[in-house]
Amino acid sequence: MTQQRKAVALISGGLDSLLAAKVMLEQGIHVEGINFYTGFCVEGHTHAIRKKDKAKPKRNNALWSAERLGIKLHIIDIVEEYKDVLINPKHGYGANMNPCLDCKVFMVKKALQWAEENDFDFIITGEVVGQRPMSQRAETMPIVANESGAEDRLLRPLCAQNLPLTLPEREGWVDRDKLYDFSGRGRKPQMALAAEFGFEDYASPAGGCCFLTDESYSKKLVDLWESRGNREYEMDDIMLLKVGRHIRPNERMKLIVSREEGENNFMNGYKKIYTHLFASSHPGPLALLDGDPTEEDLQLAAQIVARYGKGRTADEVTVEAHTIDGEVQELKVAPLNPHEILESWMV
Amino acid sequence: MKYELDARRLFCPMPVIRTQDRVASLTEGDLLEVTCTDPGVKNDIPAWCRINGHEVVSIEESRGEIVVTVKVGKG
Repeated sequence: MTQQRKAVALISGGLDSLLAAKVMLEQGIHVEGINFYTGFCVEGHTHAIRKKDKAKPKRNNALWSAERLGIKLHIIDIVEEYKDVLINPKHGYGANMNPCLDCKVFMVKKALQWAEENDFDFIITGEVVGQRPMSQRAETMPIVANESGAEDRLLRPLCAQNLPLTLPEREGWVDRDKLYDFSGRGRKPQMALAAEFGFEDYASPAGGCCFLTDESYSKKLVDLWESRGNREYEMDDIMLLKVGRHIRPNERMKLIVSREEGENNFMNGYKKIYTHLFASSHPGPLALLDGDPTEEDLQLAAQIVARYGKGRTADEVTVEAHTIDGEVQELKVAPLNPHEILESWMV
Repeated sequence: MKYELDARRLFCPMPVIRTQDRVASLTEGDLLEVTCTDPGVKNDIPAWCRINGHEVVSIEESRGEIVVTVKVGKG
């Protein structure tokens, strides 16, 4: 009896990895999924913090993909290890703070390690030649295979016919003729294949699953690093970069001001870690203060918080500032006018 | 045997990852009560259980906390 070969599939939750895994299942390969959580993953739930995003499905797309495929999914926390990938990318960053090539190398390397520990034969990804400007180019795809150590045990079913033979093809574990030759940024072949397999309601094509590819998020991350004088970060830091208005009036402090109720609720969980401010005389947002403010700074922070609340046109607003030690300071301030909040303060 | 896991103040998928890692050390038939605060777990832990051969026995919500009870399957 022929031994059933086993492949571990990198499942991002997007269409390409879903299709790549399905192509392998169609060839009788035993497939299990692996999904890496970096802390920068765009999850349905973090989208859903804001009311305007409530209509989006609250689902983890990687789990959804695995369920559609009928395969197991192993979700791996790589938050700590990922710091080095982000801080010291050998191949640099993309358009924003996205170290896509190093990220792919790292994930394939981790998948290889998992495959070896769990007696799997090869690794598959949903990569397509020419799909992405940094990590999925003809020149960079061999780099992923080589630097990860996976070499010819890395198979990209969606574009394999454009690439050199891999171990599973050479050994006849998979039929190369039944793999694909997709290339470029177009999505039509993938969408046609999805229709052929009966996949509907899949996550937005072409990924967009990482906050580091987002310009606004990247600016906030760089600001965080510059203000601290080093590039260290903790989970709470990167979570908070996803919410609120980030306002830095000077080098001593940054305010994160919630934009609506959903963010208010989310930020409530951080009140024990940050000094927080809110207007007590009028309804308004919760603000978290990161930094080491002087008394004058705290006055300014209160004026900013007052400007975003219902008391913005009042002569005076009472703002409470609560430190993490439980000290409460009551500040009676005039809200700033919109033009007094300088564009340069907005991160 | 019945076990407990505190996954409060964690955002998805971390509660799923903690559940996954804890279940790996349990045996078939064991119950694991996971206490969470992210409502996303109401979808994600059942989805994870379905694809990995475990069962969600109950999901109870009270005072902003969600307790998901997982019965460990063959895995």
